[in-house]
Amino acid sequence: MVSIAEPIAKPATPLRFILDRREVLGSLFVAPAILYVLLLAGVPFLLALYYSVSAYTIYDPSWRFVGLENFADILENPVFLQTLGNTFLFTFGSQIIGLILGKFGALLLLRPFRGRRIVRALVILPWAVPIALATVAWEWMFDSLYSVINWTLIALGIVTRSEAPNWLGTPHLAMLSVIVVNAWRFFPFAIVIFLAGITAIPQDVLDAATVDGAGFWRRNYQIIVPMILPIVAVGLIFGTVFTFTDLSIVFLLTMGGPVGATSVLGFEGFQVGIGSGDVSHGAATSLFMLPVLLVVVVAMLRFIRRREI
Amino acid sequence: MPRAISSAIREIPFFGAVAFFVILSAFPFYWMLITSFKTNSDLYSVTHVPFWFSDTPTLEHFRYLFEQTLFARWLLNSFIIGLCVVAITLVTALPAGYSLARMTGGKGEALGIGIFLTYLVPPTLLFLPLSRVVAELGLQNSMWSLVLVYPTFTIPFCTWLSMGFFKALPPEIEEAAIVDGCSLFGAFIKMAIPLSLPGILTVVIFTFTLTLQEFVYALTFVSTSSEKPITLGVATDLIRGDIFYWGEIMAGALLASIPVAIAYNLFLDRFISGITGGAVK
Repeated sequence: MVSIAEPIAKPATPLRFILDRREVLGSLFVAPAILYVLLLAGVPFLLALYYSVSAYTIYDPSWRFVGLENFADILENPVFLQTLGNTFLFTFGSQIIGLILGKFGALLLLRPFRGRRIVRALVILPWAVPIALATVAWEWMFDSLYSVINWTLIALGIVTRSEAPNWLGTPHLAMLSVIVVNAWRFFPFAIVIFLAGITAIPQDVLDAATVDGAGFWRRNYQIIVPMILPIVAVGLIFGTVFTFTDLSIVFLLTMGGPVGATSVLGFEGFQVGIGSGDVSHGAATSLFMLPVLLVVVVAMLRFIRRREI
Repeated sequence: MPRAISSAIREIPFFGAVAFFVILSAFPFYWMLITSFKTNSDLYSVTHVPFWFSDTPTLEHFRYLFEQTLFARWLLNSFIIGLCVVAITLVTALPAGYSLARMTGGKGEALGIGIFLTYLVPPTLLFLPLSRVVAELGLQNSMWSLVLVYPTFTIPFCTWLSMGFFKALPPEIEEAAIVDGCSLFGAFIKMAIPLSLPGILTVVIFTFTLTLQEFVYALTFVSTSSEKPITLGVATDLIRGDIFYWGEIMAGALLASIPVAIAYNLFLDRFISGITGGAVK
């Protein structure tokens, strides 16, 4: 009896036995990823929440609880209100320009022509290349003295050298510049998203519509646009989140200047929290992004759920 | 013949529009290229035509970049950071993606979406507390802080991406292996991984490019020049005082851009199917 039972028990060691259960191995497989993200994104997020209601600065690292005082301070600051307005302008301005350019670019690239692959490779560059590096190139193009844009405008006789615009030194032009650079970085992504959506439409749907007498515009607006809307929504969510929370373009191009004209939330949080060492106010400033992020996340969840049905 | 001419004329608006898009997206890179080969006297002149060389091209800026700056060091740093982050990401995200695709059933989908959403938590919300974490661990001003922090966004992204790749694999192959006596773990290592190598390669490439593109954490955690990754070094360290050395800066930006641009173009299609919901259906 014993000699029969033994060989069965031995090779199937308990460990191996447990690891062959689907739920157990499944949980073990997913655990490291979840732990890593919880420890280094979840916990810091809670810490950020606590910073925002504390009096923590790098000079006085006390954890004293001050309630909503920091938020009240920030809201009273007129510079902050300007920052908030700038952030919305920066985000929506660049998203709209990016989407329009993206839609037209996608329509062009949809048609087969010689050299399309090379054109696509070149058009994708602004999105592929690290934005910090591309922004430095734009900074040089916007240079107050040697700007290639101004040189062209002067050569075309549109402006004279004395009235050539100082792109990054004039409040409205500086805002326009950061919006343009961000739209420029975003539009290839929009093109790619539109292309992915349009090519996913079954050709027979379009053919059927054509047979039924739908012209170009009608096919475009009554079939293509509604069918690609879900994919475009995902792209827009990405674009909005990454633009709304960005600081690199503003940091490298204008440093929020001139006099706060281009300051955005991410940049302001950095300046206050790291630059001045006022961690609690910096954290509170950054947290003003949260409501917008939450709206976007809820929209995304609803969208994914709808897709599954 | 007249028909050929008239059709060519009809094509002018189309190719004009294509040219507009190409110039719009590629000009800043052309500008990097031409600036990095121009002599200083050619660069800093308001009368020279800026679009082409007025003096003979020079390699001076590149020589300066490698001999007088830490450029080579930054390249090495970025390479090391990228490799380490890729390793951490592969070890954690591949099993997680596989588990969410195959082993956790319906709640795996929800969990997958949850993990992916953390990808949307922005660095500008986390950099203050994370700089404290980094300081506690004694990693401030060290590139290892970036190795520690970068997986917080590469893991969610790559878990999502690899979940899509594993779902596209027919489950019968692993089931057959298990019937033939392979353990569950063995089926993952010996069947699922080798069969989704193209997907895994995509994960490697995009993890690497994500680390190269990151700027906010690098800016916050690393201020010692010799510890900077390439993107941060080129963007912030080649400016001394108030003087911009545009030739060197553009040369550095150009060299750092080229590999990322090539990688993106090669793997773009897989990337798109990954983020637009290849994992959902």
